[in-house]
Amino acid sequence: MMKWIMTGLILLSVIFAAVTGRMDCLSAAFLEECSGAVQLALSLAGIIALWSGIMRVAQSSGLTGKLAGIAEPVLSKLFGGLERGGRAMQYITLNITANILGLGNASTPFGIAAMREIEREERSPEPDRASHNMIVLTVMNTASLQLIPTTAAALRLAHGSTDPMEILPCVWITSVSALTAALTAAAVCRAVSRRKLR
Amino acid sequence: MNISDLIIPLIFAGVLIYGLCVRTDVFAEFTEGVKDGLKTVYEIFPSLFCLVISVGVFRASGGAELLTSALSPLLGAVGFPPECAELMLLRPFSGSGAIAVFERVLTDCGADSFAGRTASVILGSSETTFYTLSVYFAAVRAKKTRYALFCALVGDFVCAAVSAVTVKMLL
Repeated sequence: MMKWIMTGLILLSVIFAAVTGRMDCLSAAFLEECSGAVQLALSLAGIIALWSGIMRVAQSSGLTGKLAGIAEPVLSKLFGGLERGGRAMQYITLNITANILGLGNASTPFGIAAMREIEREERSPEPDRASHNMIVLTVMNTASLQLIPTTAAALRLAHGSTDPMEILPCVWITSVSALTAALTAAAVCRAVSRRKLR
Repeated sequence: MNISDLIIPLIFAGVLIYGLCVRTDVFAEFTEGVKDGLKTVYEIFPSLFCLVISVGVFRASGGAELLTSALSPLLGAVGFPPECAELMLLRPFSGSGAIAVFERVLTDCGADSFAGRTASVILGSSETTFYTLSVYFAAVRAKKTRYALFCALVGDFVCAAVSAVTVKMLL
């Protein structure tokens, strides 16, 4: 997938730059973005280190297991075949909780850890193929589960909105619709790929 | 003080106190976790690096503006605010880029206009799809991501469509 995204974007950029006559901006962007990418990785490193540390404490003290126990009945419907109360389930719970609370930078380390644990637990005979559970987790994270859209509301306030939070009901309906559509698409795709195998 | 400012301090204090109560060596565990975290960053870095460069170059090429002007008449015809077209296109690729475009929409059209509200709903109900996909799959061996991208984009499309509909109907 990444090879198509990367070559696609760069190829399109070269074509568009030729049309808009911005080839000079393009060549400058290559050099600027590579240091930008390192800066992003460094700030990400700090955030991931912080949350991985606290996550590890919560796990070895048994706290995450308790939390996962509460969320299990709902989540086991979405993620089939994972060990009950296992580590993968724990990380998935943490990831989703962090998303709902709007702790965007905490959800990423939890999500990455969840992906790894899913891989470890499923022991797929074809490790280079994504499993359905991995896809469901990723798709849930590309949709927004956040209850309160703090960034959008703060910017609305800064731009003179009379009621920055008026968008809440619309955001909820929209998020739920998008998530439902994405998960339905995943279920359909799985059914189709299974039929092909037969 | 905001209620949400309490969440992170409470999580940290709570986890550490609970750890002490059940006699976990919280410092040793924390530092082990940090070590694991840094290994993770090392592993996802190459994918992240490629994505950031590709998206940055794409933004510099002016492609988003060009696509936006091509799409605008079509979107206007179905009742979607054309001012939000660039936001819709850029949102899956770049978080900071989407915020810049969002602020421009608010400045140009006003925060409480139809376009401003729709843009707010889009920003509030979507994530940086390509970033999430590349980071999550960089952490595992699975390089064939199968239907993940397709399903994620279905979600983004529905998000844009429903945002305009809900704003029109509810606000």
